[in-house]
Amino acid sequence: MQIQPILAALRRHRLATLLIALEIALACAVLCNACFLIANRIALIHLDSGVDQSSLATVQLTGYEDSQANDLNARVLAGFRGIAGMQSVSVLNSIPFGARRGTAGMTLDQAGQKFGGVVEFYVGGPGSLEALGVKLVAGRGPQADDFQAFTGLMPGNASVQITRALAKHLWPGADPLGKTFWLGDLQYRVVGVIDHLVRPDPGGWPGDRKDWSIFVPAQTGIFLSGSYLLRADPKDLPRVLREARDMVRKIAPDAVLDQEGSKTLDDLRTEGFQKDRAMIGMLVGVIVALLLVTALGIVGLASFWVQQRRRQIGIRRAIGATRRDILHYFQIENFLIVSGGIALGMLLAYALNLLLMQHYELPRLPLYYLPIGALVLWGLGQIAVLGPALRAAAVPPVVATRSV
Amino acid sequence: MFGYYLDLALRSLKRNKVLTALMVIAIAVGIGASMTTLTVMRLLSGDPIPARSAHLFYAQIDPDPTPGDRKEPYDVIDYQSAVDLWSAHRADRQALIIESPVRMRAPDVNLPAMMPTMASITADFFSMFDVPFQYGNGWTAEDDTRRAQVAVISADLNQKLFGGANSVGRTLRLRDTDVRIIGVLKPWRPSPLFYMVAGAHYANGDTADLYSKTQDIFTPFFTGLELNDGNFSQYTCWHLPDHPGHLRNSPCVWVRLWVQLGDGSKVVAYKQFLDGYAAQQKVLGRIARPQNTRLRSLMQWLDYEGVVPSDVRLQTWLAFAFLAICLFNTIGLLLAKFLRRGGEIGVRRALGATRGAVFAQCLVEAGMVGLIGGIVGWMLALAGLWMVRQQSVPYADLAHLDAPMFLLTFALAIAASLLAGVLPALRASRLPLGLQLKTL
Repeated sequence: MQIQPILAALRRHRLATLLIALEIALACAVLCNACFLIANRIALIHLDSGVDQSSLATVQLTGYEDSQANDLNARVLAGFRGIAGMQSVSVLNSIPFGARRGTAGMTLDQAGQKFGGVVEFYVGGPGSLEALGVKLVAGRGPQADDFQAFTGLMPGNASVQITRALAKHLWPGADPLGKTFWLGDLQYRVVGVIDHLVRPDPGGWPGDRKDWSIFVPAQTGIFLSGSYLLRADPKDLPRVLREARDMVRKIAPDAVLDQEGSKTLDDLRTEGFQKDRAMIGMLVGVIVALLLVTALGIVGLASFWVQQRRRQIGIRRAIGATRRDILHYFQIENFLIVSGGIALGMLLAYALNLLLMQHYELPRLPLYYLPIGALVLWGLGQIAVLGPALRAAAVPPVVATRSV
Repeated sequence: MFGYYLDLALRSLKRNKVLTALMVIAIAVGIGASMTTLTVMRLLSGDPIPARSAHLFYAQIDPDPTPGDRKEPYDVIDYQSAVDLWSAHRADRQALIIESPVRMRAPDVNLPAMMPTMASITADFFSMFDVPFQYGNGWTAEDDTRRAQVAVISADLNQKLFGGANSVGRTLRLRDTDVRIIGVLKPWRPSPLFYMVAGAHYANGDTADLYSKTQDIFTPFFTGLELNDGNFSQYTCWHLPDHPGHLRNSPCVWVRLWVQLGDGSKVVAYKQFLDGYAAQQKVLGRIARPQNTRLRSLMQWLDYEGVVPSDVRLQTWLAFAFLAICLFNTIGLLLAKFLRRGGEIGVRRALGATRGAVFAQCLVEAGMVGLIGGIVGWMLALAGLWMVRQQSVPYADLAHLDAPMFLLTFALAIAASLLAGVLPALRASRLPLGLQLKTL
């Protein structure tokens, strides 16, 4: 098949060709970036929380007086532990995907000059770190005497576990064990490194910061109360949680159950990522509509060209071109136009990505998106042009002898 | 003439239904998507209180005594500065705002205790922000100072507790204190909840929560402070507070101060007053950066905070890129349609129609496509907004198409199709006459 005559014909339809090519180029740019956004959101939704969330649930109580806190903790812990199938109950101030009570900026020196970052302090009572099911990769977990009583917002001078991502950020390349950091006047010493422990609100943080968490062991008390972590077999968990929620009215009539906050971690996680799921839906919708509109445009214009060239097609058929030749002619023509569009589209996709990177926390578009986008558009073009091209191939040679 | 063109356009559109349908779909889908996102965008980026916003200002000073070269003050201020500035009464009106969750029961209603959010505010709040009352009224400045045990409740809470009846005069138990209801609000849904906006510029665009509903209970500032002491949370602190939750003398910022200033000279005077106060506090050694005072107008403040969620902005851009693609598509299809009618155009021209007449006729046809596309696009936008309302975002209940956006839908559809029609119409009107007649 010769390309020369196709190009010559296209030169006579410069405007229409340019329009289709531009449409393809824009479609290519939007398609690549939309797919990339989708991939990012999917990665976010599937992020590794580091905890056994399917075995975990939380009950949140509020509305009691500080003076009742210790008594409340004792009643709730004892009461919940009596529920059949409950594996453990512990107190934890912040809950992955749930309540957020320990977000604070920490420093690497006492003077507060070397800022470390805004991290999540998970202050937890005995058994809470084990219940979370996080994986310890270096050092040790909390021991019995690490759990100290405290009166302020946060226990001070504690031995803590931090996540690998945070350790890497604070002391790149160095062994974090034994290092110290500060929160105001309170000093902390790292004794253990955990693989992953997600923040309560990972969606709002870019990259590795989703995992900047610290576990601080402490005795339950006024400022460590009302927020309970329940662990049970995933099969029993819904029932265990239901019984625990019902029990609150009996064992803690002085407290108010936070209906929205007292759920399984799976449910909290699903709710937390609801808007990301909605965004994925919207992006998929845009992509589908985009491909549809582009295909319809190609169909419309190709049909017009086929009708316009009926006579020429007839002449070609009369002087020996086969149906296959005619079919190929339109297919190759489409391929050339789409290719032109894609070439421009790749540049546009890259430019659009740079723009998005400026305004949103978005990484650079991986290059392999471009050939995939190109393949999709080539395929789309071929499918769209098939109908009109088949109609062209069906034009009988006798048309050449008639006036149209 | 226009009527004749309309008739021609309708005939032409009917003649080739498939091509017409393709164009209408392209315009409709593009308009539907962009109007849906534009409506949400307008809703979220609009002026929450158009009648007053020009005179409302958000006052900030930097109460942190630790040295350093921070350029901006914290988003909210400390208790002492707030009360000092408020009690000076230098603005036309001024409102202090704090909020806290409070344990609440209605003694004569058989419902379990709840934990609604309580805003504790000074008396000017209601008049400053044009808060609409269903029953009763707000309180007076005198009630503020004598710590009157009164409350105003939201329409939502009134519905929940009293079935929407006039509850003025009834009692609420807030923690351990009985307060008398003196006012019930009409449904009031400022978007965003502008008077609470703070800290949004650290939220990485995750700002949907700024569009949540108002607090359910409003109490006088000092009354609320007293009855719920210990349950307040700080925005941030420069030292860990000794008694968390009890923030009156803490090294923390947690209070918002809004002022109403009638004209430009008052704004200048109030800024000078702020600067003067900061300078004086610097002399007293209480603060370190007296230059960090700010007096932003409401819209400047919302702009500075970046209240529109980044997802919504992204969706708007996406929808308009999509509309652009649909437009290219329509241009191509119109071109095909007009040029196919070369013979007909040739006859009209030969019979004396000017180029302008042919051009106008083509544009009328394009506008017709836009009008039909607009109708379908309007329905698609309604469907799109319905989908937004099904999402679990705080602003979901706000997503409705109002009259201006309804008109804009059609204006945009027709403008887009006319824009798409210009090039093909120009081409059609410039066709060489003889060539067209020869091919007939």
